[in-house]
Amino acid sequence: MQVQESFYIALDVIRTHKMRSFLTLLGVIIGVTAIIGMQSLIEGFQKDMQEQMEQLGSNVFQVQRDPVMMGGGRHRDQEKKRKNITLDESDAISQYCTSVEQVGPEAWHFGITVKYKDKKTSPVMVLAGGQSAFFPNNGYFVEQGRAITDTDDQYNRNVAVIGMDIVDELFPFQNPLGEEINVDGRHYEVIGVIEKQGGRFGDSNDNRVVIPLNTFLKYYGNRERSLNITVSVKDPAMMEAAQEQVIGVLRAVRKVPPGEPNDFEIWTSDSLMERFNNMTRAVRIGAIVIVSFSLLVAGIGIMNILLVSIRERTREIGVRMAIGAKRRDILFQFLMEAVLLSEIGGIIGILAGVGIGQLVALISPVPAAIPVWTIVIGFFFCSLVGVIFGVYPAAKASRMDPIESLRYE
Amino acid sequence: MLIELKNIVKDYQLGMDTVHALRGVDLKIQKNEYVAIMGPSGSGKSTLMNLLGCLDTPSSGIYRLNGSNVSEMDDDHLAEIRNREIGFVFQNFNLLPRASSAHNVELPLIYNGTPAAKRKELAEKALKKVGLGDRMHHRPNELSGGQRQRVAVARALINNPSIILADEPTGNLDTRTGDEIMDLFEELHESGNTIILVTHEEYIAEHSDRIIRLRDGKIERDEAK
Ligand SMILES: Nc1ncnc2c1ncn2[C@@H]1O[C@H](COP(=O)(O)OP(=O)(O)OP(=O)(O)O)[C@@H](O)[C@H]1O
Ligand SMILES: [Mg+2]
Repeated sequence: MQVQESFYIALDVIRTHKMRSFLTLLGVIIGVTAIIGMQSLIEGFQKDMQEQMEQLGSNVFQVQRDPVMMGGGRHRDQEKKRKNITLDESDAISQYCTSVEQVGPEAWHFGITVKYKDKKTSPVMVLAGGQSAFFPNNGYFVEQGRAITDTDDQYNRNVAVIGMDIVDELFPFQNPLGEEINVDGRHYEVIGVIEKQGGRFGDSNDNRVVIPLNTFLKYYGNRERSLNITVSVKDPAMMEAAQEQVIGVLRAVRKVPPGEPNDFEIWTSDSLMERFNNMTRAVRIGAIVIVSFSLLVAGIGIMNILLVSIRERTREIGVRMAIGAKRRDILFQFLMEAVLLSEIGGIIGILAGVGIGQLVALISPVPAAIPVWTIVIGFFFCSLVGVIFGVYPAAKASRMDPIESLRYE
Repeated sequence: MLIELKNIVKDYQLGMDTVHALRGVDLKIQKNEYVAIMGPSGSGKSTLMNLLGCLDTPSSGIYRLNGSNVSEMDDDHLAEIRNREIGFVFQNFNLLPRASSAHNVELPLIYNGTPAAKRKELAEKALKKVGLGDRMHHRPNELSGGQRQRVAVARALINNPSIILADEPTGNLDTRTGDEIMDLFEELHESGNTIILVTHEEYIAEHSDRIIRLRDGKIERDEAK
């Protein structure tokens, strides 16, 4: 018998028993919706993280005092007592580490308002103090004017390179270069504009005001402030060697006794990504477990409904056999019904999952992606469930005796 | 020789008891014969029809259809024979309730891989032949009993089978519609079909050329007119 025919029969049966089919499918739908929805958000988040992290190129790593994200809770107290990372340590790195190319000590101050004449920005801007290495190491490209130079830094000049958000808010119709902006009552001359970076959920990367590090430290104090240091290497292949060197130098300068753990953190885009993936792994595994269970339950539901369907259609089976259906035709017909049933559930679940992901992305700052692979695999597993739980009823139908079936009331 | 039965025995095992439904039937039927099978209830008429229709195989004996030995065939082969050589008409019509007349009629063609366009064409032709050209898209529950049985006859005809087997085809119909179905069989017989039907009614059997009477699983009388 043609596949097409059994497809139509199955479709017709499902259409006839809409409610019954829907209830049977609920398990598949819920399971698939859950995993696709969750995966949409995780992948969206991941893509976003990746974009964000790629700011640190593959040849850059960062040194900072505190762990990134939720580092292991065990060392919390010790971590709090860590010494600040200082300009001297940064200098030591550039002096003693042969594998590094550029060392960029930097400091950050969040939530500032930038003023220009009588205009002012919203208080969400970010002030950064950096040296010349700040720009290449962070992936900022100065498209207008110039970047901060070591001379600017050396002489504590009041100059600033600004991001596009600030340009948009303060200089919508005006060339900002040479203008004087005001941050916390101090005046800076705009010497450059950073190319648009794009945002990541709700947060912008274009809200930066970069001033020379020394200027920053003069105004915002350097006692209690720990610096971050971005370090670039000439060749990504030297990343590990360079990190080892930096660790060695820092341990020596910071006088960490042998055997003690580092009292600072080093991370790269890759290591952060890995950390993130580890964090989401538990969620993923949880989702897979939930889905497996709901598919199992759904499979049993499908098997049950198929057995009912076969009972109801005993005579039909007899008729089909009488007019020439082979046993495998009957087997295939019911298998098709099971697979179609679970695939319809799968498709509904996929649509609902993607829909929920997009909806969450729409109404919240959480991004969502369409998880193509999860969809493919999910669909495959739905079909598999159909086959596995359809085989028994279908085989049962195909083994029925035509005469008995024809006589069945 | 179209049909040749030699010493056909059919036993059913019912728990400890053995029911001897057929106890040695010898029978020859030629092409284009019109045979009525009669006999009291339980005499083995339906059992014989099921064997002739290859829905079942005998416990012993030989059944040759068109020269090939059916008693030794496997399930798949029997299904093919049923599809190609046999057209069934049942007392209770046995149409698929949710399918249109046209779909019911084309059903046998689906199982031998006839393409859809061809199926449609043949189904239309067969339905016209039984006088239901204007009921193609009706479902069984939208048809009268007589019309349903005509659809069943059209289905039996569609593959140009060697034999049409009808087990009490008028049993569920009133006399007038029964007569209409019998007229239809008459036409089919005249156009060259072989027809074997089971009936309890003498006046139905009168339509045939030959009446075989069964009693207790044996042929009691076999008379041609
Ligand atoms: N599947 C079966 N299992 C056991 N016994 C059976 C089976 N089918 C038929 N029989 C027995 O075989 C005998 C012949 O039955 P069959 O159905 O052929 O009779 P029939 O002549 O068609 O009767 P009726 O006129 O009532 O239709 C009966 O005694 C019946 O009980
Ligand atoms: Mg009978």
